Amino acid sequence: MIPNDRRYTKEHEWVAVAGSTATIGITDFAQAELGDIVYVELPEVGRSVSAGDVLGTIESVKAVSEIYAPVSGKVAEVNAALGQKPETINTDAYGAGWICKLTLAQPGEVEALLDADAYRALTGS
Amino acid sequence: MPRLAGEPLVDDRTLRTTPLNRAHRAAGARMVPFAGWDMPVQYTGVLDEHMAVRTQAGMFDVSHMGEIEVRGPEAQALLQHVTSNDVSRLTAGKIQYTALTTPDGTFVDDLLIYERGDGDYLLVVNAGNAAKDFDWLRYHAKGFEVRVEDVSDGYFQIALQGPKAEAILQPLTTTALGGIKYYAFERGEVAGAPCLVSRTGYTGEDGFELYGPAEAAEKVWYALLAAGAPHGLVPAGLAARDTLRLEAKMALYGNDIDETTSVLEADLAWIVKLEKGDFLGRDALVRQKTEGLTRKLVGFETEGRAVARHGYPALAEGAAVGTVTSGTFSPYLKKNIGLAYLPIALATPGTRFSVEIRGRAEAAVVVPTPFYKRAR
Repeated sequence: MIPNDRRYTKEHEWVAVAGSTATIGITDFAQAELGDIVYVELPEVGRSVSAGDVLGTIESVKAVSEIYAPVSGKVAEVNAALGQKPETINTDAYGAGWICKLTLAQPGEVEALLDADAYRALTGS
Repeated sequence: MPRLAGEPLVDDRTLRTTPLNRAHRAAGARMVPFAGWDMPVQYTGVLDEHMAVRTQAGMFDVSHMGEIEVRGPEAQALLQHVTSNDVSRLTAGKIQYTALTTPDGTFVDDLLIYERGDGDYLLVVNAGNAAKDFDWLRYHAKGFEVRVEDVSDGYFQIALQGPKAEAILQPLTTTALGGIKYYAFERGEVAGAPCLVSRTGYTGEDGFELYGPAEAAEKVWYALLAAGAPHGLVPAGLAARDTLRLEAKMALYGNDIDETTSVLEADLAWIVKLEKGDFLGRDALVRQKTEGLTRKLVGFETEGRAVARHGYPALAEGAAVGTVTSGTFSPYLKKNIGLAYLPIALATPGTRFSVEIRGRAEAAVVVPTPFYKRAR
């Protein structure tokens, strides 16, 4: 259920690194906690963020939740398809439900994030 | 992702459980703390559960609601004194929506009163207010020949709601459901258990609320599930209950109404019967009616995708003029709706204002309510 090919945060984001690009999303655990997602506020392409900054917002029917930048970098791309189909995060949180891609400013930050085993332990799954 | 809004940190061990807790867990429901209770917020998903109630049927465990008996020769006199509606208009077998009022004409609670017979009333109150209401009633009962008893623990309550509700329930009961009008009830048996069968609900659909002995809760729940499956019945959680009641513009205590909002401000003038004689809060409500209200609870829609939620400021010409009390994405209407207290000058349908959502002013417009009304 929790892919081994990426890193995680305690705030339930995932980070998959390829070269200098980090793809970011929320975990399956997070989407299940939120319930039916109806809106995703995406960051602007080109914006620079530091780890811990608010990247965007996810609204489900019952709650609103912020997405934090797990690492520092510049927003290279956003998943515009979420504009029409935000529920993709509910159905495919680790795949088509990705949120944005960052060009890493400090690649070393990734090493400090949780690995899959640590995230499994955190969520008891 | 921080902790979700609306889920306070609580020690799960202190939560109370309904007689259907085991059934919810067996069904894989997502459980959350609500008003001190461990309750199902959803089973499969709020959107599906919401639409099942609008198009077929859904069933809710609402056993957390409080039940208080008020009995005795002066039961009616006490209830006339502490509520804003006219209890004398009730007859045996009928139900009334009303408010327990403070001397300021604001809400101690909103509730249903069931008249079971002469001097014999059952009050159904919000879970989070049950202890407060009981104390309030006991305090005001001094000097009245009446007995006030909290009987919440003995009851289960199941709400069966949706256009298929009658067809699902009828085979399980000897009571002729077609003879029960809206806001009326009968005593009968459901799946062999003695129940009070009430044509009421909190969804804007036709349906029934069943009250029966706690020990029979599981039997009735599973009998309904089995009988309803061919009709598309699904169990539904608190999340769908909230979106359904909001589409029907039914007030939620703690969100839309509380001890700071008057019954008239809440747009519930139809449960304020000033001509019935004196009652707690009457003077304040008469004054408000005479001088005119300064604010009113209205329905609105927002045009953007962001949802206006409880507590967000309402803005006009850049200034805060009111507060959003409830807001959601409407699963049936597929747009964002909400309720807000606005100054009277802005309370007319068609009036444009803004809601501040995460620092931005989002366009909103006052609309007629209810947002959803079922075809009859």
